[in-house]
Amino acid sequence: MQFYRHLSISQKQIVWAWAFLALPAIFYVVIRFYPTANAVFLSFQEWNLLGARTWTGFDNYVKLWNDAVFWKVFGNTFLYLIIGTPVSLVISFIIAYHIDKVRFMHGLIRALYFIPFMTSAVAMAWVWRWFYQPVPIGVFNNFLSSFGIAQIEFLNSTTNALPSILAPAVWAGLGFQIIIFMAGLRAIPQTYYEAARIDGISTLTTLWEITLPLLKPTIVFLVVFSSIGFLRIFDQVFNMTTNNPGGPLNSTKPLVLMIYDTAFNSFDMGYAAAQTVVLFAILLVVSLVQLRILRDR
Amino acid sequence: MSASDLTIKPTADALLSTKMAKRRASNAQFIRWLILFAGGVLMVMPIVYMLSTSFKYPFEVYNLNLIPEEPTLENYQLVLEDGRFYRWFVNSLFIATITTVSNVFFDSLVGYALCKFRFPGRYIVFIAILSTLMIPTEMLVIPWYLMSTTFGWLDTYWGIMFPGLMTAFGTFLMKQFFETVPDDFIEAARIDGLNEFQIWWTVAMPLVKPALAALAIFVFLGNWTAFIWPLIVTNSQEIYTLPVGLTTFSVEQQVEWELIMTGAAISTLPTLIVFLIFQRFIIRGVVMAGLKG
Repeated sequence: MQFYRHLSISQKQIVWAWAFLALPAIFYVVIRFYPTANAVFLSFQEWNLLGARTWTGFDNYVKLWNDAVFWKVFGNTFLYLIIGTPVSLVISFIIAYHIDKVRFMHGLIRALYFIPFMTSAVAMAWVWRWFYQPVPIGVFNNFLSSFGIAQIEFLNSTTNALPSILAPAVWAGLGFQIIIFMAGLRAIPQTYYEAARIDGISTLTTLWEITLPLLKPTIVFLVVFSSIGFLRIFDQVFNMTTNNPGGPLNSTKPLVLMIYDTAFNSFDMGYAAAQTVVLFAILLVVSLVQLRILRDR
Repeated sequence: MSASDLTIKPTADALLSTKMAKRRASNAQFIRWLILFAGGVLMVMPIVYMLSTSFKYPFEVYNLNLIPEEPTLENYQLVLEDGRFYRWFVNSLFIATITTVSNVFFDSLVGYALCKFRFPGRYIVFIAILSTLMIPTEMLVIPWYLMSTTFGWLDTYWGIMFPGLMTAFGTFLMKQFFETVPDDFIEAARIDGLNEFQIWWTVAMPLVKPALAALAIFVFLGNWTAFIWPLIVTNSQEIYTLPVGLTTFSVEQQVEWELIMTGAAISTLPTLIVFLIFQRFIIRGVVMAGLKG
């Protein structure tokens, strides 16, 4: 205490700052930085949890490059992104644009669209899985057959399964995107629209020339945010294909599920770590490319 | 010429056409409302079907009726019978609550320090924490798992909670909001003889309550629905969280969809009820966290 009293105000600030940061600093080093480094190290090693960790250089990455399943999974991961992000953003923008113009029971309508965001992905995966079942069971096929339309194989088909699993992910994310879009729309000053109306500009031109350009920061945020989400899809896939995770024939397996399988079913820790490094690289590159493209325009 | 002649009097024709335009606009508005409402009802349909099926007897599960002909609570009795769902519910509640409290405390502590103190290394700490935002959780689960095996954290509450006790996202959210607290307030409190910890807790924290609430909502929801890490770190059913428990339960049931829907309803209802009560507040919080974070 004697020592503390003799410090100057700025020295006291330094002491306090580190007093505030001491515990969090330990946390970030032990729970974030060390594991990150460990994952990178592990990706250059071979280890099955029991034996010794042996250095194998780039073997894991070479193995990954030559792994046919990896390329299938890589393609799937990007399919989730390439379908999921544009579809969810276009739908959520259209809905947000119209909700923004509605006054009557505005709160109720907004709440209806937002509610799915409050659900757990696991619970909803099972609900949708039930919807997708063949005729006597599944809601969708029952509905179709009541109109005399042929059944659709949702989860058992190699072509339909991936979009079917993506649907609940898009559905659950819409609510968040809609309210973020609405906040963005609210932030655009009304005077622009009044000026456009006086000039007699059509609704479509107003949308294209005023609303969308001014909404760019929101769009950039949502594109990056939702892309990261779709690239890391796991809960829905795992729960909708529990009898054959990532199936049929790996047609729905995303990278995170492959990582989970490699690490916790095959216990090939080094190989799994190499996959996580690849996931990290994909997320980084995709985010940077998107920021690049969207900022420039 | 009197003044009244100078004012433009709309002809009957023009009057009619503006009336029609107005009516057309209100018709369009009505159709817009109707479509939006229908879309909204469609959005909640999966949840409605889940709830409705959870009150149906097995023989009724396969029809499309929303209202069961013979509503029953039997499914809930069957699902809750062996007590596992109670256990998972309590586990989830406990874990999500502790994690939320920890995040609200530590994220704002760090956010405040980075915002209001001037000290050497401030920029480095800032960048270091910022950089962890780039690292996906999935990259860390393997090292966390190894760490848990070494320290005996597998299959414990601590094992589930430790990775999420602080988040970079929350830290930046709070840092942004502490920028809005005027330095004069802090200076005044300092002159009044409060120490820095007291200033943070009694002066700064009450001023950022909305941000704290937004952070709490995000963290709680995130941990309530968290799946991959609890799945990895737990082995025994007593430690499972609701999502992991629901997966196990549903796999066991296989084709008993009414029981699966009941389990799903039990794990969804708590957040839904909380949402319906604090609706406006939650939406505002999510927007705040989404835009500033």
